[in-house]
Amino acid sequence: MFKDRIVELKHKLIQDASLVEDMIGKSIRGLLDRNSGLLEEVINTYEPRVNDYDRDIEKMCVELIAQYEPVARDLRMVIMIIKMNKDLERMADHAVNICESGVFLLQNPVMTSSDDLRLMGENSVRMLKDSINAFVNEDVTLAQAVCERDSIVDDAGDKILKDLTELMRGKIDVIPRCLQLMRIAHNLERIADLATNISEEVIYIVEGRDVKHHPHD
Amino acid sequence: MSAIIQTRNFNLFYGTFHALKDVNIDIPKNMITSMIGPSGCGKSTLLRAYNRMNDLLEDVSVNGEVIVDGKNVNDPGMDLVELRKKVGMVFQRPNPFPLSVAENVLFSVKIHRSAAPKEYGDIIEKSLKAVDLWDGLKDKLNTSALNLSLEQQQRLCIARLLPVKPDILLMDEPCSALDPIATGHIEELMHHLKANYTIVIVTHNMQQAARVSDYTAYLYLGNLIEYDLTKKIFTVPKDRRTEDYLSGKFG
Repeated sequence: MFKDRIVELKHKLIQDASLVEDMIGKSIRGLLDRNSGLLEEVINTYEPRVNDYDRDIEKMCVELIAQYEPVARDLRMVIMIIKMNKDLERMADHAVNICESGVFLLQNPVMTSSDDLRLMGENSVRMLKDSINAFVNEDVTLAQAVCERDSIVDDAGDKILKDLTELMRGKIDVIPRCLQLMRIAHNLERIADLATNISEEVIYIVEGRDVKHHPHD
Repeated sequence: MSAIIQTRNFNLFYGTFHALKDVNIDIPKNMITSMIGPSGCGKSTLLRAYNRMNDLLEDVSVNGEVIVDGKNVNDPGMDLVELRKKVGMVFQRPNPFPLSVAENVLFSVKIHRSAAPKEYGDIIEKSLKAVDLWDGLKDKLNTSALNLSLEQQQRLCIARLLPVKPDILLMDEPCSALDPIATGHIEELMHHLKANYTIVIVTHNMQQAARVSDYTAYLYLGNLIEYDLTKKIFTVPKDRRTEDYLSGKFG
């Protein structure tokens, strides 16, 4: 029946989120600890699994809508799970991008301090973890806190961009590495944005309130 | 998929009217299968073919096979009493006998003398528990079944089938006389019953078919147009006619 199917669907989404969380964590650890094994694992093992989840969850949602015609909160739940599933799949793609840049950087000497990247990485993972906890516990307060934390990652990203721009002035040989670092920062920023989306989607499920683009409503 | 009912090149005629045309369909065991289609498509006729209820109508002829649990129900030697014990039926309107709740449940047991009187108490309790009526009615077993709500009456009609240990429950529009809440309750009951019984349901309500059944068959003008997992029929039907019917373009 519908209730059991929704539980199964939520369970599947949580499993998917936990894989994606691992992917992001490993992509950052692989990069900062210069561990190419972790980077390869994310690209070759994790990503195909997340793609499978993406297909399965989407199919389950389509079937649920076709069979049960959910309305009100049930409808919000299924539609938002479709969006969250896409958010997670995009996050996984960003983690893969980070790993690909990481593979390049690991073949070259270390260039800059990694504090800001670490900050971005840790915050992105925590934002995802909290947004999923907010989903599981239908915790709007936690979801709102995640949305507010997005600026920490944005600020760190801006700082990295500024520092790298500075570094590239007059030093042609560092440009390829700087561009890869910028790509990583950009991907982490996107991961944080997507975690924010998930939190906004949780708020919509629980309260029916659309906080996208105007968080203070 | 292990099939408990196999329908092979089955044709049924009401006089000269060809009501079912070369129907081939396997009904899986311990699943719920829905028959859907516009009025007159043959879905109730097919349902009634499974326990030969069509025999009660005049001028019905059949060819092809309906095999229930390995036996062709149309064989001349088929014992109809045994067949209908094995394949019970629930109708559109609840039709309890004008007897007490207990007598309704025991009716078939007494007719068939299939249990000793000392077992009656157990049979009543088990049957009413199976349809979630026990808690509400255990102190009202001698009340007339006609005093129950429509939903309770329909549950009782299902309970009445159980003492003769059927394998298959046929349900012809079992919720059409019920309100949406009672309909939800009966659907939930069907979901529980499928652990022990195979259920075939005819419904006009497409959403009911979508909600309750594992498999769905779409019939039109006596032809089986499409038969598949319900989740497939309702998301990616293969036949354009099924799609048109499901999306309300006709029917």
